[in-house]
Amino acid sequence: MPRTLLDRIWDFHCVGRRADGRDLLYIDRHVLHELHAHHAFTRLAREQRQVHRPDLTFAVQDHTVATKPGRGDDTNPSGSAFIKAMREGCRNNGIRLFDLGDPDQGISHVVAPELGLVLPGATHAVPDSHASTVGGLGALAFGCGTSELAHILVTQVMALKRPKSMRVRLDGRLGPHVNAKDVALRLIAELGVAGARGYVVEYAGAAVRAMPIEQRMTLCNLNIEMGGRSGFVAPDETTFGWLEGRPFAPRGPHWDRAFDYWRTLKTDDDAVFDRDVVLDCAALEPQISWGTDPSQVVAISGRVPDPSAVEPARRAAAESAVAYMGLAPGTPLAGLPVDRVFIGSCTNARLPDLETAAAVARGRRVAGGVAAMVVPGSSRVKREAEALGLDRIFREAGFFWGESGCSMCAGGNGDRGQPGERCVSTTNRNFENRQGPKVRTHLASPATAAASAIAGRIADVRQLAAGFA
Amino acid sequence: MQPFVNHTGIAAPLLKDDVNTDQIAPVLHARGLQEDYKAMLFHRARRREDGSEDADFVLNRPQFRRAGILVTGHNFGAGSSRESAVWSMLANDIRVIVAKSFADIYRENCLQNGLLPVVLDAQAADAFIARVLAVDGAAPFTVDLVTQRISGPDGCDIAFEITAADRMRLLEGLDDIGLTLKHIDDIVDWEARAAAAQPWLQTAQDGR
Repeated sequence: MPRTLLDRIWDFHCVGRRADGRDLLYIDRHVLHELHAHHAFTRLAREQRQVHRPDLTFAVQDHTVATKPGRGDDTNPSGSAFIKAMREGCRNNGIRLFDLGDPDQGISHVVAPELGLVLPGATHAVPDSHASTVGGLGALAFGCGTSELAHILVTQVMALKRPKSMRVRLDGRLGPHVNAKDVALRLIAELGVAGARGYVVEYAGAAVRAMPIEQRMTLCNLNIEMGGRSGFVAPDETTFGWLEGRPFAPRGPHWDRAFDYWRTLKTDDDAVFDRDVVLDCAALEPQISWGTDPSQVVAISGRVPDPSAVEPARRAAAESAVAYMGLAPGTPLAGLPVDRVFIGSCTNARLPDLETAAAVARGRRVAGGVAAMVVPGSSRVKREAEALGLDRIFREAGFFWGESGCSMCAGGNGDRGQPGERCVSTTNRNFENRQGPKVRTHLASPATAAASAIAGRIADVRQLAAGFA
Repeated sequence: MQPFVNHTGIAAPLLKDDVNTDQIAPVLHARGLQEDYKAMLFHRARRREDGSEDADFVLNRPQFRRAGILVTGHNFGAGSSRESAVWSMLANDIRVIVAKSFADIYRENCLQNGLLPVVLDAQAADAFIARVLAVDGAAPFTVDLVTQRISGPDGCDIAFEITAADRMRLLEGLDDIGLTLKHIDDIVDWEARAAAAQPWLQTAQDGR
């Protein structure tokens, strides 16, 4: 029987079926972060249970860490207890921690791939909803809560109902200054915030094949914003080339064997998905959110919709969003004055994201009155960016250049905007109050964010680029 | 885990779709390892800008201050996987959420903590919501997992579906880890097979 790649990975990793009908799916790599881990460590200690495979478990400090240069445990006072508890829990349980000050510290979804901890056809879990970022390398990854985290620590499996399968085929070739972020935002707008609930999504098609790994990760990162717990891109030569030589990637004969196996990781031509979706990306413009959920998105040339013209089921949400965002229906998005720009997060803080933003910022200045910050996704990304001189470009343009962490994505480290501010952000959620009380978040790509910082208004990067060409 | 057999409480209507976990359990500025989950629940929605209570928010209205059942729309619990969005319900003695649908991770977090996620199809949900609005907190409803029915004033009696497996786990308050540990030999056997078939999966060594 023809199988999807999901079937293949699932069947290989299925250890058995539990009495309650759930499959026990083996987790090859488990990565923790400090916000949830201490609850699980405390529970394990109380129940006198052991970590089954500390050698396959890794940990990072990312959610609560300060981004200020010279930061320490206590720079963000409300993070220090989490940071210290994480350190102690990892020491007690024999788990390798990429701690503050470690050259490999960073956001888990950025660090795990760049270290080669994520492999094609492998399974991966993180107690964070953006776990499937690493699906960009062809891994099947699940975000989970704290109880499931404790469960994985003790058993190295997740007890899951087998999900349905969805294929999203992205056709066409992306235009200049349009990338995976724009594709994902459009897709969420089309399918809705629960469109992929219950499904694992396989992203396919010419537009995906043309994407570098980092963009594939952006695409898979945003999968949860349409309700899908996991999404991935089948691996190809781009994937293998990206992984080779990474610190934890297989070496020598293991690499050769892995490589031969990985090349077989494909969905059979005649396999059937529970749902098939096609999006033509050829004419796609840069996208930006106007509302308070990630499906409330228009093209950069678009206008704030009139809630009375929105489908009835979504009307109340649109009315509430327009009010929160302080927008009048019919207003063009481009041209709205902005107070703050954030370039960072597991969605868009890998090196190519920063290169794209720097190319826009080079030789220009952040508009007066705009607070703009760049927070690299990992300490490695930061070093690599600095080696390329990107930090200088950003600083000279007037951006703050920070230490790596989740930062203003959810504000768990104290980085946040002021009430009423309008913020263009490369993150993943434009929920009310997420980036600070009453902060109005517009989700966009790094290029759009950088262009908006320079213009002081929401800007179409294509026009900015043309104007200075 | 605390078993769930039945629960009687006031049903509070939060009639919105896509209520996310940032709303349910917001990240508060000052936080520590021991958080006040009771105060965390809908912390921002419960307050006005000046910090005073918003009397219009459903859980602040006098008849719903001690609600035990939350009634809501589609895709409840979207967003972050934070389990505090379940713990904060339990800290307020809300042990049942009746929704048109739940976000996947949130529903799982409910099952892990003995919070019953009831999904009603649109027709049953609308009938139940009409009852809840009519009763307006004047009398409680009872959600019974044994009979899979919601009962309440004026002969309200609505059946709900839940998979046998999830029902059993909740009814018996089964320890999820314990349930899986019955398969520990299968897990160890799998590891041995995987080490032969895909040895790179069973070892994660820093090659530097």
